Amino acid sequence: MNLTLAPAPHIHSHISTRRIMLDVLIALIPAGVLAVLMWGWYMLVLEVGSMILAEGIEWFAMRVMMKKSTFRPDGSAAVTGLLLAFNVPAGISWWMMAVGVFIAIVAGKEIYGGIGNNPFNPALVGRLFMYISFPAAMTTWPKVEWFNFTRAAFNIQTTATPLGYTKLHGVAAATQHFPSMVFNSFVGNLPGSAGEMSVIALVAGFLYLWWRGIVSYEIPVAYIGTTFVLSALFWMANPSAYLDPVTAIMLGGVMLGALFMATDPATSPVTAKGKWIFGIGCGVITIMIRYVGAFPEGVNFAILLMNALVPFINQITKPKVFGMVRKNG
Amino acid sequence: MSVWTFMGGVHPQTKKLGKHVPIEKVSVPSKVELFVAQNLGKPPKITVEVGADVKTGQKIAESDGFVSVPLHSPVTGRVVEVKKQKHPVTSRPAEVVVIETKSDDEWVRLMPAKSYEQFEPKEIVKRAQEAGLVGMGGATFPTHVKLSPSKKVDTLILNGAECEPYLTIDDRIMVEFSEEVIKGGLAFARALGVKHILVGVEENKPQAIDAMKRAGGPVGVEVVKLPTKYPQGSEKHLIYAMTKRVVPAGGLPMDVGVVVQNVSTARAMYKALELGEPLVERGVSVTGEGVESPKNLIARIGTPVSELVDLAKLRENVSRVVLGGPMMGIAISTLDIGIMKGTSGITVLTNEIVKKGTEMNCIGCARCVKACPMMLEPYLLYKLFKKKRFNEMADDHLMDCIECGSCAYVCPSNIDHVKAFKTAKNVIRALGRR
Repeated sequence: MNLTLAPAPHIHSHISTRRIMLDVLIALIPAGVLAVLMWGWYMLVLEVGSMILAEGIEWFAMRVMMKKSTFRPDGSAAVTGLLLAFNVPAGISWWMMAVGVFIAIVAGKEIYGGIGNNPFNPALVGRLFMYISFPAAMTTWPKVEWFNFTRAAFNIQTTATPLGYTKLHGVAAATQHFPSMVFNSFVGNLPGSAGEMSVIALVAGFLYLWWRGIVSYEIPVAYIGTTFVLSALFWMANPSAYLDPVTAIMLGGVMLGALFMATDPATSPVTAKGKWIFGIGCGVITIMIRYVGAFPEGVNFAILLMNALVPFINQITKPKVFGMVRKNG
Repeated sequence: MSVWTFMGGVHPQTKKLGKHVPIEKVSVPSKVELFVAQNLGKPPKITVEVGADVKTGQKIAESDGFVSVPLHSPVTGRVVEVKKQKHPVTSRPAEVVVIETKSDDEWVRLMPAKSYEQFEPKEIVKRAQEAGLVGMGGATFPTHVKLSPSKKVDTLILNGAECEPYLTIDDRIMVEFSEEVIKGGLAFARALGVKHILVGVEENKPQAIDAMKRAGGPVGVEVVKLPTKYPQGSEKHLIYAMTKRVVPAGGLPMDVGVVVQNVSTARAMYKALELGEPLVERGVSVTGEGVESPKNLIARIGTPVSELVDLAKLRENVSRVVLGGPMMGIAISTLDIGIMKGTSGITVLTNEIVKKGTEMNCIGCARCVKACPMMLEPYLLYKLFKKKRFNEMADDHLMDCIECGSCAYVCPSNIDHVKAFKTAKNVIRALGRR
């Protein structure tokens, strides 16, 4: 009998980072599958390719470049890769996608020391880089064609996103151009980034994560709630220029952002109070960018800006230590 | 009475394997090995020499100051050796007195032995020290010190939470010896001049709750059913759950008018008063997936662990033996050490159960923040530890950490927070900070 010695505790909850990442990937399956149904096999290539490439780059960066022999892949790079594939127009060139994945993993994550040390959501860093580097490709949205798996020429049938169209032509024209917008965004039947469109698929995935205890509800509720309230105010002030709040929260990546991007543990606050502040901040910035700023969407910028504030939010929302009596009364 | 629970905490599987196994009295071992340091505070001073004949209950080490208790021989026999052995708690060489049993028990009892009601409060406190009583839940803080509060106390809590997974001995003690536990508790209350007596038991011990209600109800002892959550048995959290009073950071229960004593300690108090028995035996659970038949035993202090685990039949794939429970207990490298006054259980764990795995990067998931019952931020403290920023760790209240292990239990990155925090606490103490 060989007795091992180790400090207490001697038992563990058996939750591991790998299991968490696997659960996130499982949660993204519905949206990933729908994207393939909407845009074809090429989307599957982008999704799977990004995941594999992301893991490969991370392995190379950690093992070869940073010489961390203890590094074990945990699946977080695959999550970043898949999320990035969700965040680009379906017809994007494979090499642009590859550049984006490279930037996301290297500049968004590994240069800070790998998972947990990165201040910004890596997938959003990658997307921002692509947005700046390939502005045309990143704003060319192919039309949805259900079950047309082998379509080749994405760029021929392009259109604007509903939010972009509304910003240019107003609500009346947009609702004419995109009939039954709420229903269509619910199932994902509108042009936009590849994986952001189907609200039902994203919510289903999030509920799985919530049920598994991987994520908490504060950030999504705060983010979506704030977006809803603020867009309601704008809509009440001028219903011909601004979409109604229900449509507003279903479009422009709010769901994907609030449910899967803003909730990234490494780049969001640790306490419940901090998460509320973070979510509300994301919502405010999103709406400001959409309605006051120059861009039609705003989720990408909103989350990255709030990521930068996370250390500050953590500082001001420190839990009160059990037994600490506040000084000065 | 409404029961609050505390913030934080975790829910490990409780695995009370020996829950329904009645207590067995283990026969007196042929040899006992007694660490002289069995209590918090100052260890006692040895008063016997090798070759001396000792009787059961005879003092073999005398208390050294107020925060110290004597040690008594648990058997009738001869002192054959005084040696140095690595102490499992401190990891430092410590004195061990080895006594070989020569005959049946010949008792040296504490006199007088009579009903607790006939003792004056001061006599009870004195008897607690004379009998070598310490907190038997595992902390081993001298009982008489707790019975001598320097502040006004109005509530006595008997701790029957037993929140550590696997351990069942306090449960069985309450089921089988409820009268004695209650009488011990009444003696504590008498010593403290306290009328309000509460017993806290986690709801996963319904038999114990019933037994304690039956024994305690008629004499005005209130039994409170507590939610099953780790670390419910932590003094500060128990007090909060049962009285809603918050012990200030760095303070003691008496600061909020409460004294907490473990139920097994209460029974030992009863025996010290009414039977004149010093603390020479205690209840021990031998449990875990590593044994075939989990046991609840009453054994003499100093009985080798090997003898007790043999009674429960060791399995093949044992990987760790822990004195105490799996959350806060101490792993031992050899079974050739005697059980101590604070050994509430011997938890034998198999390879599949034992926490293992290499440490990975913290992903900031904040599970540790949610789990910490002291409302600390273990992830942050650990980051500071990695950078050796000990002063900042102290500023972030590291010294309030109760080392319950909840953070390390939930950490998906396999970080050993508790190990790091224990090291950091020593550094901070050396730096002269509280």
